[in-house]
Amino acid sequence: MFGLAKKDVTLLLIVAALTMLAPFILNPFPVDSAMAQFNAGYPDLMQRFVIFGIFAIGFNILFGLTGYLSFGHAAFIGVGSYAAMWMFKLFGMNVLPALTLAVVMSGLFALLIGYVSLRRSGIYFSILTLAFAQMSYALAYSVLATDMDGPDEQGLLQKGLTGGETGLQLTLQDPRILGQQTTADGGIPVPNLFGLEMRSATEMVMGDWVFTFSAGYYFSAVVMLIAFYLSIRIFRSPFGMMLRAIKCNNTRMTYTGLNARPYALAAFVISGMYAGLAGGLMASMDPLAGPERMFWTASGEVVLMTILGGVGTLIGPVLGAGVIKYMENIVSKINSDILHSWFAFLPDGLEDLVVTMIYPFVGKGWHLTLGLMFMLVVIFLPGGLVEGGQRVARLFRRKKAKEGKKSTQSTPAE
Amino acid sequence: MDAIILQILNGLDKGSAYALIALGLTLIFGTLGVVNFAHGALFMIGAFCAVTLSRILNISFTTIDETRTDFLGNPLKVDTTYIEHWLGPDLGGGILNWSVPLSILFAIPIMILVGVVMERGLIKHFYKRPHADQILVTFGLAIVLQEIVKYYYGANPIPTPAPDAFRGSFDFGTLIGFDPNTIIYPYWRLVYFAFAAVIIGAVFAFLQFTTFGMVVRAGMADRETVQLLGINIDKRFTIMFGIAAAVAGLAGVMYVPINPPNYHMGMDFLVLSFVVVVVGGMGSLPGAVLAGFLLGILESFASMGAVIDLIPGINQIIIYLVAIIILLTRPRGLMGRKGVMED
Repeated sequence: MFGLAKKDVTLLLIVAALTMLAPFILNPFPVDSAMAQFNAGYPDLMQRFVIFGIFAIGFNILFGLTGYLSFGHAAFIGVGSYAAMWMFKLFGMNVLPALTLAVVMSGLFALLIGYVSLRRSGIYFSILTLAFAQMSYALAYSVLATDMDGPDEQGLLQKGLTGGETGLQLTLQDPRILGQQTTADGGIPVPNLFGLEMRSATEMVMGDWVFTFSAGYYFSAVVMLIAFYLSIRIFRSPFGMMLRAIKCNNTRMTYTGLNARPYALAAFVISGMYAGLAGGLMASMDPLAGPERMFWTASGEVVLMTILGGVGTLIGPVLGAGVIKYMENIVSKINSDILHSWFAFLPDGLEDLVVTMIYPFVGKGWHLTLGLMFMLVVIFLPGGLVEGGQRVARLFRRKKAKEGKKSTQSTPAE
Repeated sequence: MDAIILQILNGLDKGSAYALIALGLTLIFGTLGVVNFAHGALFMIGAFCAVTLSRILNISFTTIDETRTDFLGNPLKVDTTYIEHWLGPDLGGGILNWSVPLSILFAIPIMILVGVVMERGLIKHFYKRPHADQILVTFGLAIVLQEIVKYYYGANPIPTPAPDAFRGSFDFGTLIGFDPNTIIYPYWRLVYFAFAAVIIGAVFAFLQFTTFGMVVRAGMADRETVQLLGINIDKRFTIMFGIAAAVAGLAGVMYVPINPPNYHMGMDFLVLSFVVVVVGGMGSLPGAVLAGFLLGILESFASMGAVIDLIPGINQIIIYLVAIIILLTRPRGLMGRKGVMED
């Protein structure tokens, strides 16, 4: 089905089912309960899960397959966001043309950076991509934010191409030649898909539970499924095999008379386009684009996601993106009062002790937990959470095999 | 002319910091072959050594002075630091005043200890793994270290002043025959530059003129042969890691009065220091120092008003631009050795 092997179809269907049912799965606690703050099923966060999932999937095509570690991938997110915003400003609020332009622009940008950076490999490549991304950040922050040739009549270029520190925002004066300039009541229109507003959401109340279904989330989720499907196809294609060969032994590829650079460049451009798509989606969900999206810490974040989930695996990057975004939004909310209420059953002295021991790792200190988790994964589980899952699965399977006295072939879930 | 000299001087202090961090990075890379992304964190820990010492020295007790009253008419509360109480206002006050330079003595053992623990505890296990893994694990370590510092010291910059004698600026121009008030330069930046020069000289002298340094250089050139000669090179490399950590830490200690330290200062410097190392040439110690000063001075020239008017925003991107040009035209960097990181 879909030109995929049976194993991959199963994986794709599982991911599809999980993303479609996410509003239920991520909202396991009733609204009024003490655990309600662990509900991740609100549109804003779910959108972030899938958008960063797309970003990480794309990064994985570059790093997981070719082994080139880019430390400047956030630049493409920024380019995608700015491109989508300009589409909203100039043509109209439909998201499809905006996403198209975002993907095209970031692809071109990636072609430029990749062509230069891929002349070097190893740490030199990492530094080059980092340098380009930092340059883009600095330019977006300062130079491109100044007037090009004075503000024009509609005030379009008042804050330059990028809007500088405050970011690029929609205004009432934007022409939007293909759509309505303002809504009926004189406000700024909202990004939509042929009239379906990205912001619109319906709520379903079931007893104590409230589930929110947001148009924006489902649109992003569908885009992510398509992106995921394409990445499976790339992984299984002869092209993907070639990329793996580059990672395995680039020198040997060269000796056999093959020029590996075009393949690596193609992978770089594809992964840049994925990042641009993610950036465009970000702008579609919340029409605002700022330079901080291109800062090198954002590039570092996607590296963390990919490694944490499992580099070179299909589902790993999505998993890693989910874990990190969950921690960023949920774990960071835990404060000492909540900890005290959890451990209230302990004797007083012990309760204080436990709370003081846990407190540095949650709330504002969630980065500490993230860093520790990341180090543990790199040290003990180079394959990330996916490898961890596989090891656990193998453990169980071995037990079963021992009991049944028959050997079963292990099939990695990837 | 005076403007040019002023810009060169302005570039020296940042250049010194770049050069010191890049020197440590290159030492680690040249000896152990490890790309250490946690090196910026060592710089930051050094800076917080200075903050810690100044906090320890400033621990005080409160007495009530019955003879004087505050503006409300209550007896005046006087905070006296223990150090002044014990050693008298002259010596104690002097120690308080000189807390930043004194932190050097405090920081050296701490930084060497941190470096050795880091190498033995973590990095030792990563010699055989790919460079990407080394980058990633040290990147994780850097996050952990800076979060720990953030937990104890908060997220805001902590101002820690230089000794009174070095506060303020002086007219550097008159010393070298310019009109007064053309080249005004802060004392502490000159101190920082001199300090960096001493440290750099000491590291080179140590490597060049001691037996230990000779063995280390031999190990950098051919590790296996040195091991075959029955020398425990691993132990010496561990010590070199400690020294590299101390160099980064001292760079941080002395940088405190220039820029109040916060928990992410290490990362800010690290990114640029890596660029410096790559420009200087991976594995080349003189290259790292040269590129550090060169890029520092270039950065300061690029922030001149006339240059910015000509090419807007050049001050923000000059270092990266230079790095890209160098990497594409001279892949080994300015003074890179052959065969280092070329696989």
